[in-house]
Amino acid sequence: MKPVFVRPQSLTDKPFHFCPGCHHGVIHRLVAEAIDRFGVRERTIAAASVGCSVFLYDYFDIDVVESPHGRAPAVATGIKRTNPDKFVFIYQGDGDLAAIGTAEIIHAANRGENLTVVFVNNTVYGMTGGQMAPTTLLGQPTTTSPYGREFGQDGYPIKMTEMLAQLEGVGFAARVAVDTPARLAQARKAVFRAFETQLEEKGMGFVEILSSCPTNWGMKPLEAVRRIEREMIPYFPLGVYKERKGSDAL
Amino acid sequence: MPTETVKSLLTPGTHYMSGNEAVAEGALAAGCDFYAGYPITPSSEIMEHMARRLPELGRRFAQMEDEIASVCAVIGASWAGARAMTATSGPGFSLMMEALGYAAFTETPMVIVDVQRAGPCTGQATRVGAGDVMQAKWGSHGDYQPVALSPWSAQEMYDMGGEAFNLAERYRVPVIVLAEEAVGHLYERIDVPPSTRVVRRERDPGAAPFGTKEPDGVPPMPAFGDGALLLVTGSTHDPRGFRRTEDPDVHRRLVERLSRKILARRSEICRTEAHLLEDAEAAFVAYGFTARSALEAVRQLRAQGRRVGLLRLQTLWPFPREAVADLGRRVCRILVPEMNLGQVEGEVRKAAGCPVATYHQVDGQVIHPDALVSWALEVT
Repeated sequence: MKPVFVRPQSLTDKPFHFCPGCHHGVIHRLVAEAIDRFGVRERTIAAASVGCSVFLYDYFDIDVVESPHGRAPAVATGIKRTNPDKFVFIYQGDGDLAAIGTAEIIHAANRGENLTVVFVNNTVYGMTGGQMAPTTLLGQPTTTSPYGREFGQDGYPIKMTEMLAQLEGVGFAARVAVDTPARLAQARKAVFRAFETQLEEKGMGFVEILSSCPTNWGMKPLEAVRRIEREMIPYFPLGVYKERKGSDAL
Repeated sequence: MPTETVKSLLTPGTHYMSGNEAVAEGALAAGCDFYAGYPITPSSEIMEHMARRLPELGRRFAQMEDEIASVCAVIGASWAGARAMTATSGPGFSLMMEALGYAAFTETPMVIVDVQRAGPCTGQATRVGAGDVMQAKWGSHGDYQPVALSPWSAQEMYDMGGEAFNLAERYRVPVIVLAEEAVGHLYERIDVPPSTRVVRRERDPGAAPFGTKEPDGVPPMPAFGDGALLLVTGSTHDPRGFRRTEDPDVHRRLVERLSRKILARRSEICRTEAHLLEDAEAAFVAYGFTARSALEAVRQLRAQGRRVGLLRLQTLWPFPREAVADLGRRVCRILVPEMNLGQVEGEVRKAAGCPVATYHQVDGQVIHPDALVSWALEVT
C-alpha cells in the first residue's frame, strides 16, 4: 500500500505534549518537513527559546541548544559563525523574541546572520501562564493586563516582521498562519523559503507564524482557530514582506 | 526621618492568601505606588496581583520587556519620588545585578522581591531553592551593602513587603526580600493590622544629595522636579552629585560611606528571632522556609529530651553577626541547614566561635523536619 501521509524523518515518534488546539505541533511538523526537504538533518542545529518551545529537543531528531531567555539569536550566531557549513535555525515565541530578546533578534538580523528564524506568535506568554506579551492585541485581557491591553498603559502589539523587513541583513521576511489548509500550504512555502535563504547565504530568513493558545486565551480549540482569522490577521497582516531575489546575495 | 501611621488598605483582621499576594499587599499598604516587572515563575503572582491592584488604587504599573528594563524603571520611578518595586526569580535576578549596583551606588531606595527557585540557570522553575543568598550580597561588582530580608510565612511576606520600603527609604539602599518558592506559594492565614508604619523620604532639596559630614551618614534625597538641580550618576560622584572619576579621595570616601552607613547600623537593621534558646546546648541557625522545618525539628528533639533551640535569621544582609556570636558563646554546637550547598554557613562560621555543622539540600524540595531530627541526633 502506498503511504499518503507519513511522519517527517526529522521528527521523533514522541507524542507532542502541547495543549489541545495548540499550533506548536503543526509548526514543528512544518519545520521538520523543511529539514527533510533540503536534506540537512545531519547538519542541522536548533536554538530553542524559553517558553513552550523549550521541549523542541524531544521532538526533533537533531542537535538542540536551549538558549537563555531571549538570547537564541546570539547563541545561534556563535554556532553558525563557528560552523558556517551547518544549518542553524532558531525557534522562538513572542515573549522570548519580541520582549526580552528584542536586542538579540534585531542585531542578528542587522548583521545579516545566515540564520533561519521561526517566530511563533500566539499573543501571550504561554508557559508561564498567560501573561501579556508584546504581541497581545489591544483589548485582550491577560493575567498582567487584567483590564485588557490598552495603548496608554501597555503600548501597541509589536509587528516584528514589518520591523525586521526594514533591515538590510534580512533576506526573507514573511508572516503566515496555520489556521486553514490553504494558509498551511502558504506557511510551508514560507518556511521553505526561509530555509533556502540561509542555504543561499542571503542573510536572515524570518517567518512569523500566527498560532493559537486556547489554554491561555480561555477558548476551545475551534474558537481559538477562529480568533486567528477574526482578530489576529486583521492586525498582523499575512504576506511576504521582503524577499531578496536571484543573484543579489548579501 | 518622617514617619507616619497610615490606615491599612485591606480590612483589618484575618485574611487567607499566598505569600506572593501577601508581599504585594504588604508593599501596597506601606505606600508602594509603582511596580515594573517581567513575568517569571515562581514570582509571577506578585506581578499579576499588582497589575490588578495598582490601577484600582490609582497607582502605576508597567510591564517591561525584560528584568533589566524592569529594575531600571524602578530606579527612575524612585528618583521621581515613587515607592517603587519589582519582583523576580533567579534568572531575572541575575539580569538585575548591573542595576542593583547602580542603585546601591546612587543610593536609590527600591525593593526587589526575589522568589528563589532551584538554580543555577533556568534550573527547576517551579521548585524551591535558596541559592541566591550570596548573589544578593555579591551579585554586582564592587563593594556595596544591600539589605536582604528572609521571610518564613505569608504573614512575614506581608510584614516585610512593607518593612522593606521603610528600610529602603531610611537608609537609601536597595532592599531585597529573599523569599523562596515555598513561601511565595504558601497559602495561609495572615492578620492585617489596622494601620501600617510608613517611613517617608527626607527630601530637603537644599542639602547635598550624595554626601554627609559623617563618614557613615545617609543624605536626604530630593526627587526630580524638587528644584535640587539633580544629577544622578553611576560614576563616582561628590556630595553634590558631580562626576569625580579621577579623584582618589572622593571615590574612597563614597565607597566607604556606602558600606559604613549600613554596617554601622547593623544593630538597628538586623532582626533575629529566638526560639527555645534559654537552656539550649545546641541550636539551629536557619532562615526562610527552612526555619519552619528547623522549629518543628526543635520541638521533636525537645520531646526526646534534647536541649535544642533555634535562632531564626530574619535579616540576612547585613549579616546579624552579633546575634550569631552571642549564640556561639552560649551553645556547644550550631547547626545550619540550607536549601543550597552552603551559603549562610560561612557567615555563621565567621561569627560563631563554636563548632558548626551543616546540612545541604539542593533537590528542589523543602527540607523535611524528620531529616533535620535525624541529622541533629547524629551531629550533637
